[in-house]
Amino acid sequence: MTAVAEQTGAWLQQLRETAFQRFQELGFPTTHDEEWRFTNVAPIARLVGHALACPSNALNCPPEALPYLGKYAPFQNHAFVALNTAFFQDVTYIHIPRGQVVEQPIQIAYGASSAVSHPRTLIVVGPDAHCTIVETYSGTGAYFTNAVTEIVAGSGSVVDHYKVQLESSSAFHVGVMCASLGRSANFSATSISLGGALVRNEVTATLSEGTDATLNGLYLVNGRQHVDNHTSIDHAMPHGTSHELYKGILDDQASAVFNGRIIVRKDAQKTDSKQTNKNLVLSDEAVIDTKPELQIFADDVRCTHGATIGQLDAESLFYLQSRGIGKQDARSLLTYAFAQDIVDRIKVQSLRDSLERILFEKFHERAN
Amino acid sequence: MPLLEIKDLRATVGDREILKGIDLTINSGEVHAIMGPNGSGKSTLAQVLAGRELYVVTGGQVIYGGKDLLAMSPEDRAREGIFLAFQYPVEIPGVSNMYFLKAALNAIRKHHGQAELDAMDFLALVKDRMKYLEMDQALLNRPVNTGFSGGEKKRNEIFQMAVLEPKLAILDETDSGLDIDALRIVASGVNALRSPERAMIVVTHYQRLLNYIVPDYVHVLAEGRIVKSGGKELALELEESGYAGLGIADEEEAVGKL
Repeated sequence: MTAVAEQTGAWLQQLRETAFQRFQELGFPTTHDEEWRFTNVAPIARLVGHALACPSNALNCPPEALPYLGKYAPFQNHAFVALNTAFFQDVTYIHIPRGQVVEQPIQIAYGASSAVSHPRTLIVVGPDAHCTIVETYSGTGAYFTNAVTEIVAGSGSVVDHYKVQLESSSAFHVGVMCASLGRSANFSATSISLGGALVRNEVTATLSEGTDATLNGLYLVNGRQHVDNHTSIDHAMPHGTSHELYKGILDDQASAVFNGRIIVRKDAQKTDSKQTNKNLVLSDEAVIDTKPELQIFADDVRCTHGATIGQLDAESLFYLQSRGIGKQDARSLLTYAFAQDIVDRIKVQSLRDSLERILFEKFHERAN
Repeated sequence: MPLLEIKDLRATVGDREILKGIDLTINSGEVHAIMGPNGSGKSTLAQVLAGRELYVVTGGQVIYGGKDLLAMSPEDRAREGIFLAFQYPVEIPGVSNMYFLKAALNAIRKHHGQAELDAMDFLALVKDRMKYLEMDQALLNRPVNTGFSGGEKKRNEIFQMAVLEPKLAILDETDSGLDIDALRIVASGVNALRSPERAMIVVTHYQRLLNYIVPDYVHVLAEGRIVKSGGKELALELEESGYAGLGIADEEEAVGKL
């Protein structure tokens, strides 16, 4: 072992032990925690078990990643981040050097291969560099994926991040993404959540001066699925812009949560922020809890938010039927149309195509 | 056999009776204008024939092509050849006009045991029918009626009719909100679609449209009943003396006199 490797190993072991200790102090959240009020993670706690020991095997992580690792996803106050930090085995580390433009999207595919896995991703984008990242999560059977992604976007960089959650119908998934965005960076995060029995997606973005951040999301739940989307946009500096559009489609006895926090700090004058959450509820028994959470400490800002919960429009349905389109086909067409504007905003053609196919099949199959 | 026979048709919305016994017989090839003041039940009749569930039929019957129309779903009525040009065409963001129309045409073709049209054949058909309405092709790729002007929406309705080739077309106040140029285009589109195999019901408040689409018969509807029927000269008579000339109260005319 080289001296560097030894040092790296020691540092990582220290990190994981600290995180493990923190996890034990925090324990799994309960519905008494405001942040987890609508999402009961007891089934995850049962699967992970209580008799945990801090692992001591070697970790795969390049030394140059160390200054960033664990710095943006805080394990101090988040049990699942602490758990991931204590247990991850490999770090998927992507570094785009200053000024480099990567035109092809970088695809990261996580396929669950064990009962519990802790995928860890670190993306460091240098100043003025451009890149597109597509993270996909999938698997078969019952398992728990506990993912953490940290993104550091340098000043003037352009970063488009896509997360596609296609876990199996009996899987649990908690995914936390934390992005630290530099001055005048242009960042977008799109979360597409289609699979899983119990899912929590968290996106946290911290903006600098003049940063432009877009957070889009689409969640589809049916059966007894539960998906919880928590987003947090922190306008820490002046002249930041953020746009957020999350859309959900709920059917059967499924449930979903949208919690959108926007913080505008005292110095963040001239912030322009817009948040929208729209939900299409197709059954009587589906439940959506939507909550904007605006914390504004600056006085010269523009912040708007809105949430809607609705059903398929009866007039639109009749219009389609009056042209010969069957009722079920009309319903699936309108449902598909509801999701369409999120799909349209996806800039990666191959991803857009495959999503259109998945959505079309999903609605068609449900309609027939 | 007549194409459509309406006998003592009654319908309500909520607890209000709107149609109070309509009798009307229409043969293929005929164009019937239904005129009447606001609130007389014209649009209700149009929507009831197309199958809108908002209205509850409380009495009477409608025989269409020998079948019980009221027992059919809206989509089956369309597949059997009924087409309603909406007074207020619905905007459907996220569904392209082309996709929508192809799905509609193929649903109708399938119903009649015909092969579905592929994209190429469909495009050829659409391009042919666009000529009737002087439609801009860009409109076809836009979402259904979304961001269309009032005139574009009405033109789009008649364009759909040209593609779907119904046996019975019901035009619900297709003239409302149209300027004279748009009215001419829409009317010439409608006239191009007149044929011995096709009947039309033209619902309108004003006589103006009937200068362009000349009807074979005119019926005047008031308070849910047809109070007078005649030839095209009846429309001119109404133009001269107004609904008041027939002893029918019309809010708009009353306001006009003040």
